[in-house]
Amino acid sequence: MTSRTLAVVSAGLSQPSSTRLLADQLAVATRDELVGRGDTVELRPVELREHAHDIVNHLLTGFPSEPLRQALEQVTGADGLIAVTPIFNASYSGLFKSFFDLVDAEALTGRPVLLGATGGTARHSLALEHAVRPMFTYLRAVALPTAVFAAPEDWSGGTVESALRARIGRAARELAEQVHRRPASSGPVDPFTLTTDFEQLLRGGGDT
Amino acid sequence: MQFGVFTVGDVTVDPTNGREPTEGERIKAMVTIALKAEEVGLDVFATGEHHNRPFVPSSPTTMLGYIAARTERLLLSTATTLITTNDPVKIAEDYAMLQHLADGRVDLMMGRGNTGPVYPWFGQDIRNGIPLAIENYDLLRRLWREDVVDWKGRFRTPLQSFTSTPRPLDDVPPFVWHGSIRSPEIAEQAAYYGDGFFANHIFWPAEHTRRMVDLYRQRFEHYGHGSADQAIVGLGGQVFMRRNSQDAVREFRPYFDNAPVYGHGPSLEEFTSQTPLTVGSPQQVIDRTLGFRDYVGDYQRQLFLMDHAGLPLKTVLEQLDILGEEVVPVLRKEFDSLRPAHVPPAPTHASLRAAAERAAQSGDTLAGTGAEVDR
Repeated sequence: MTSRTLAVVSAGLSQPSSTRLLADQLAVATRDELVGRGDTVELRPVELREHAHDIVNHLLTGFPSEPLRQALEQVTGADGLIAVTPIFNASYSGLFKSFFDLVDAEALTGRPVLLGATGGTARHSLALEHAVRPMFTYLRAVALPTAVFAAPEDWSGGTVESALRARIGRAARELAEQVHRRPASSGPVDPFTLTTDFEQLLRGGGDT
Repeated sequence: MQFGVFTVGDVTVDPTNGREPTEGERIKAMVTIALKAEEVGLDVFATGEHHNRPFVPSSPTTMLGYIAARTERLLLSTATTLITTNDPVKIAEDYAMLQHLADGRVDLMMGRGNTGPVYPWFGQDIRNGIPLAIENYDLLRRLWREDVVDWKGRFRTPLQSFTSTPRPLDDVPPFVWHGSIRSPEIAEQAAYYGDGFFANHIFWPAEHTRRMVDLYRQRFEHYGHGSADQAIVGLGGQVFMRRNSQDAVREFRPYFDNAPVYGHGPSLEEFTSQTPLTVGSPQQVIDRTLGFRDYVGDYQRQLFLMDHAGLPLKTVLEQLDILGEEVVPVLRKEFDSLRPAHVPPAPTHASLRAAAERAAQSGDTLAGTGAEVDR
């Protein structure tokens, strides 16, 4: 039995938001899958709305407030990531992108990520593939094959809801499988750790 | 303990009246601030080096040489000298010349510079920032310590039978600090040579500074220059004071809100809680500054940033009066009473010369490479 952490990033703006609702459903489904495989799971929700001002301040000053630092470390130190954004003007929201702009380009390398999005119409759904997925590919995260989009009709019940349920279940299985087969995360990288000693640096610089 | 001011030399519009000083006015203002620093009893004036607008101090030794001629005691320094884009041969010669003119009242702080486009103006590439800092500084040390240098490296033309002139005053190179905000490699470099480490401190959370200084101290001990608490540490600070703290906040707020670096971002209240910026009464500045010691240990040099963000010269000079008359005398006394006897003060030309003479008399080899010469 291994203990796992799942960071659940939601960039929804209203409260309550359908983005958070989708994130929670993905999180619970993934947790159940992992528990079924014998792992224990800690969910770490990160609601970007609560950090909105701090995210802009970090972009301007170059350092995070303490609550934002903790949120960033929850994301970079987790075993798996669920990232859900509303789709605005055919792409992720500015808040969602700004948050991930603050994540070090190496910090998510090899990390399984389940992508999710919500939108006012199903015509936005492929923004997951042409906008959200490339960003995580750039970060060398392992973006799972199933990305989950929820449109208004998905929430309105009937057979459509079961279609969303089925997508959530498939995506959760994919994420659980990836997380389960990996060694547990050792936590976020410490940027103040010295990774080379000076003699090495000096030789790299060339000398007589 | 040494106290002083450091300036970046920015030309910034005064947000309260829309007035922008000319380059000439700003340069003269920097000189006036340096003279004032000596007058009010501060120990150090350090100028930035920049080659891009809105900054004016592109030629630090020209300015420091002029200030040297008009001061008696003030220690002249830099914050920072660009070890990446300056030719180390020129740094060696310029600052040895300044040492002679200033009778040894000179040290330097090395920095890399973080503006990519500046590097190619001087034939370099920011992607080589760390390797440039390492190679150039190692050469600079040799040029100051060896009369004849044969050298070959990656970043400049080889040297054959080269003698940097003039030789350092009394054959004692200026003390060097290494400034870095978040590169562990630079803390390591300072520790390796037994040089000083200066944490910018002012735009960053205390925890950040604590980690960098702690790394430097550990590595200083690792390389055998003394115990960790004997390492030579400097810190930046940023203050604005009025007798009544509410007046200080009211007067400084428009400068804060529009400042380069952090303007239009966090509120003054957020930034003062997250960083060492202190806006308030002289007593608040004293208390906050004494608190730095809690997370970096006993340290040797405290520099304050006093003259940025468009603050008018008159206001800056008033601030220096308060700093020199009410704040620094108390800090000096308090820090000195807290510091254990085995923690050394910051090296000066006199202390370095005395150490070199002692080493020569005791028959130690002066190979010109180890930091034992510096101590």
